[in-house]
Amino acid sequence: MTTIYEHDVIVVGAGGAGLRAAIAAHEEGADAALVTKLHPVRSHTGAAEGGINAALRDGDDWELHAYDTMKGSDYLGDAPAVEGLAQDAPEEVIQLEHWGMPFSREEDGRVSQRPFGGLSFPRTTYAGAETGHHMLHTMYEQVVKRGITVYDEWFVTRLAVTDDADPSERECHGVVAYDVATGEIAGFRATGGVVLATGGLGQVYEHTTNAVSCTGDGNAMAYRAGVPLEDMEFIQFHPTTLPSTGVLISEAVRGEGGILYNADGERFMFEYGYATNKGELASRDVVSRAELTEVNEGRGVHDDYVYLDMRHLGEDRIVDRLENILHLAEDFEGVDGLEEPMPVKPGQHYAMGGVETDEYGATCVEGLYAVGECACASVHGGNRLGGNALPELIVFGARAGRHAAGADLGDALIGTGRSGEVEEEDGLDLPVEPGATTGGDAVADGGAVTEAGSVVEAAVEAERSRVERLMERDDGVKHSEIRAAVQETMGNHVNVFREEEGIKQALRDIRKARERYEDVYVADPSRTFNTDLVQTIETRNVIDVAETIALGALARTEFRGAHWRAEHQERKDDEWLKHTFVTWNDGTPDLWYKPSVLEGEGGEYEPKVRSY
Amino acid sequence: MSTQEQEPATQEQEPPETESPGDRRRAEKQRRLAADRQAEAEAATTTDEETVLLKVFRYDPEVEDKQEPRFDDFHVPYEDGMTVLDALIYARDTFDSSLTFRHSCRQAICGSDALFVNGSQRLACKTQLSDLDAPVRVEPLPHQDVVKDLVVDMEHFYDQMHAVEPYFQSDDLPEGDLEEQRQSRENREKVKMSTRCIWCGACTSSCNIAAGDNQYLGPAAINKAYRFTMDEREADKKEHRLRILEQEHGVWRCQTQFSCTEVCPKDIPLTEHIQELKREAVKKNLKFW
Ligand SMILES: Cc1cc2nc3c(=O)[nH]c(=O)nc-3n(C[C@H](O)[C@H](O)[C@H](O)COP(=O)(O)OP(=O)(O)OC[C@H]3O[C@@H](n4cnc5c(N)ncnc54)[C@H](O)[C@@H]3O)c2cc1C
Ligand code: SF4
Ligand code: FES
Repeated sequence: MTTIYEHDVIVVGAGGAGLRAAIAAHEEGADAALVTKLHPVRSHTGAAEGGINAALRDGDDWELHAYDTMKGSDYLGDAPAVEGLAQDAPEEVIQLEHWGMPFSREEDGRVSQRPFGGLSFPRTTYAGAETGHHMLHTMYEQVVKRGITVYDEWFVTRLAVTDDADPSERECHGVVAYDVATGEIAGFRATGGVVLATGGLGQVYEHTTNAVSCTGDGNAMAYRAGVPLEDMEFIQFHPTTLPSTGVLISEAVRGEGGILYNADGERFMFEYGYATNKGELASRDVVSRAELTEVNEGRGVHDDYVYLDMRHLGEDRIVDRLENILHLAEDFEGVDGLEEPMPVKPGQHYAMGGVETDEYGATCVEGLYAVGECACASVHGGNRLGGNALPELIVFGARAGRHAAGADLGDALIGTGRSGEVEEEDGLDLPVEPGATTGGDAVADGGAVTEAGSVVEAAVEAERSRVERLMERDDGVKHSEIRAAVQETMGNHVNVFREEEGIKQALRDIRKARERYEDVYVADPSRTFNTDLVQTIETRNVIDVAETIALGALARTEFRGAHWRAEHQERKDDEWLKHTFVTWNDGTPDLWYKPSVLEGEGGEYEPKVRSY
Repeated sequence: MSTQEQEPATQEQEPPETESPGDRRRAEKQRRLAADRQAEAEAATTTDEETVLLKVFRYDPEVEDKQEPRFDDFHVPYEDGMTVLDALIYARDTFDSSLTFRHSCRQAICGSDALFVNGSQRLACKTQLSDLDAPVRVEPLPHQDVVKDLVVDMEHFYDQMHAVEPYFQSDDLPEGDLEEQRQSRENREKVKMSTRCIWCGACTSSCNIAAGDNQYLGPAAINKAYRFTMDEREADKKEHRLRILEQEHGVWRCQTQFSCTEVCPKDIPLTEHIQELKREAVKKNLKFW
C-alpha cells in the first residue's frame, strides 16, 4: 500500500531558505509542509558565521548593494534577481528582528553592521559570529509557532513530474521520500507547488566547509527531472578554512582587521601585489588563489597553508566580536587565536550555480521552485560576495513560498528553460560520453503520466524498485569508495586552478565512478535508520552534480569570477557574458547558453574590470 | 585476531518465526558482512600504525545478530587532531558501513552527534581522541530510547522544547516597516549564552531528575524559555513565560546538581539560568500573595 501525504505546498529542506518558504506559504493561507532529511535545526545554515547583507542605514541604499553584487558576480548575475535581493533584504532582515533574532547591537539599541569583502558600505548585519545559527533557530521557532507540519528525517529521493518530452511542458506534482527511521517510502503530493531548498553540494569535494549532508540532492533531482542546471562551474573556495577539517574561519576576522602572512612573515596580499588596494578584503577567489600561489611557490607553511593573524586586534575586541572563532580554532585545530596565528587554506565553500529559476524562484517545470544555495536565480553569477547568501535565503524563500501558495507576484523578467536567445554548444571536445550508463533514469517509466495522483504513485513505484535493487545486491563496490574517487579528482582538477587536460581527466574519472556505481551495494540489511542506503543514494547525486561542474568548467574558456582557466587568463565579455546550462536530456546531457540579463531598473550594468 | 569481540556474550538467537525471502537475504548479507569486516579489520591491524581502540555500542531491532545489544571493537589508525567523530566515520567507511550515528556539520553547530563517550555526554565532533583514555567507549545518549546503534529517539526532547512556547511573541512591534525593536547591549549580553543552544540533548540526558520524571521540562527547554523570559523586547510576556515555568514539572524540579552545566558543549550556564528563573518566579509570586 502506498501512503500519499497531501499538502498545498511541499518544501524540501528546512534550512534558512526552506523555513522561510514554508512560513511565507503558510502566511499566504496555504497548508505548507516541510520534508527534510535532517531535523530543521541541524541544517547547515546554522554554520554561517559572518552576517547578512542589507542596506538598512543612511548613506546606503539598495542600488549600491545591487551594484556591489553585480560587480562581485563579474557581470554574470541577472539584474532582476540581483535587484530583487537588494530591494527586499532590508525588510526581510527587519522581519527576522521582529521575530526576535538576537542580532548584535549598537549603543543606541539598533542592529549592528560590519564591513565585508567587496562591499562599498558596511552593511553586513550580524549576530555575534553565529549569525546563521540564530537565523535558523529564529525561523524554526516561527514554524513551531504556526504549527507547520514538519516531516523530519525524511529523505527526498525523487520529484514526481510528468514525462512530457519537452521539460518546459512538464509539471511537478510532488515528491517521493524515504523515512529514515522506518524505511517506509511514501509519496507527498503538492497541489500548489514543490519548493526545493536542499542547500549546498560541498560533498563533491573532499576539503569543504559544507556539512556531510550537503550532497546536492535538490540539484541532482531537478536535473534528472529535466530542469537545467545553471553556471555549475562557478564554485567558491573560501580562503580561510582550517587545514585539518575544512572548518571555516569567518571572513569577519579579516573584516575586523585580521592579516594574512606567508611562511616568511610577509603580508603577501600587498607584498606580492595580489590586491594592492583591498589586501585581505579582496574577494574570496582572489584571496584563495593568492594563498595557493604562495604555497605553490614554496612560501606556504609546511607546503600546505598560510597564517591568519588576529592577535593585534586585542583580546577585548576578539572576545566581543569573534569569540566563536577562538572556539573553532581551539576545538578543531588546537590553536589559541589570542596567542598564535591560525593556519588557514582554501576550501570548497559555496556553489554559485544551481537549479535555474526566475526572480521568484520558479523553474521551467510548472509547480517546481528552487531557493537558497541549490538554486541559481542568478544573484551571485561568477562569484558570491560574503554575506549575500543569507539574504538570498530569506528574500527568495519568501517569494517562492508565496508564489507556490498562489500569490500573484507579476510576470518574471528572467526567462527559464530553452526560451529566448538559446545558443547550443556542439563543439565541445569531450574525452568520454557524460550522462547515464544504463538509461534507467528516465523521468518516469512507461507512457505519458499526466494525472497528478498517478504521477506521484508512479514515482513512488520507481523509487521502490530502485531501493529494492540497491538493497538486493549482495556485494559489489561501497559507495564511500566511489564518492572518495569523485572527491579526489574534483579536488585535483576542478579546484581553484583549472586546466583543460585536468578537467578532462576529471570527466573520465567521473565516468569511471558512474560505471562502478552500477555495482554499488548497500551492506546494511536493515530498514531501520539505514544511513548506508541514504548515503549510497546521495553518492549518486554527488556523481551527477560533479559531472555538471566539470562540463561547465571545460566549456567556459575564460577566466571569470571564481572560474579560473590556465589557458584562458582573461574575462572575455564579447563571448562569455552568458550563462552555462546543462540539461540531463534523459541521460545524454546537453550543454547550451543564454545571455546574462544586465538590464536593470535604472538601466544597463556596464561590465567593469573587477579590481581590488 | 577478531575485532568482533562481543561483550556481553549474546545468547543464541532463535530464528524468527516467519521468515520472508527479504529477511533471509538480509540475514545472509549480514553474515557475509561480518566475515568481510573481520578480514578488513585484520588487514588494518597487522600494519604497525598507531591505532586507537573504539568500543562501540551496537543494536538493531531488525537485524538478527544485532537484536541483543553488544559492543564492537574497531581499531582505527590515529592521526593528529582526530576526533571521536572522525574515528567513527573511519570505522564505518572502512570496516562496517552499517555502523550508524547521526552527524552532519562536523563543527559543533548542528547538535546531531551528542554521544556518551567514556561515561559522559559529549559531541563526538568536538571531542579530541587525544583527550580520552583508551579504549574509547562510545554509547548512545543514556535515558533515551535507542533506535539503532548510536542513534536515539529525540522526539521526547523535541516535545519538551516545544512545550515552553519557544518563539518570540511580543505584540509591541515598532511602527513602520523598517523600524527594528531596540535592545540594549547589556540585555543582548544577558541572553547571549542562552541563545547558543544547539538542541543536542546532552544536558537533558545527563540530568537525574529528567531521568526520573519524564514530564520534567529539563535544562534545555528551561534555558530556551530563559532566552525569551529575559529578553527585554518581550517584556510584555514575561509573566506568561514564568507561569509556564513554575508548573509542577518546571523549574522547581531542578536540584542544582550541575550535571547539565558540566556537559553542555556550548558552555551555557544552565543551572544558573534555572536558579535565576526560580528567583524571578518567587518575585512574581510575592506580587500576588
Ligand atoms: C561555514 C559556512 C559559513 C557561511 N557563512 C555565511 C555568511 O556569513 N553569510 C552568508 O550570507 N552566507 C554564509 N554561508 C552560506 C550560507 O550559509 C548557505 O549558502 C546557506 O545557509 C544555505 O542555506 P539553504 O537553506 O539553502 O540550505 P541548508 O541550510 O544547507 O539546508 C538544506 C536543507 O535541505 C535538507 N535536505 C537536503 N537534501 C535533502 C533531501 N534529499 N531530502 C530532504 N531534505 C533534504 C536538509 O535537511 C536541510 O534542512 C556560509 C556557509 C558555510 C558553509
Ligand atoms: S543546553 Fe547545551 S547541552 Fe543542552 S541541548 Fe543545548 S547545547 Fe546541548
Ligand atoms: S556533527 Fe554537528 S554537532 Fe557534531
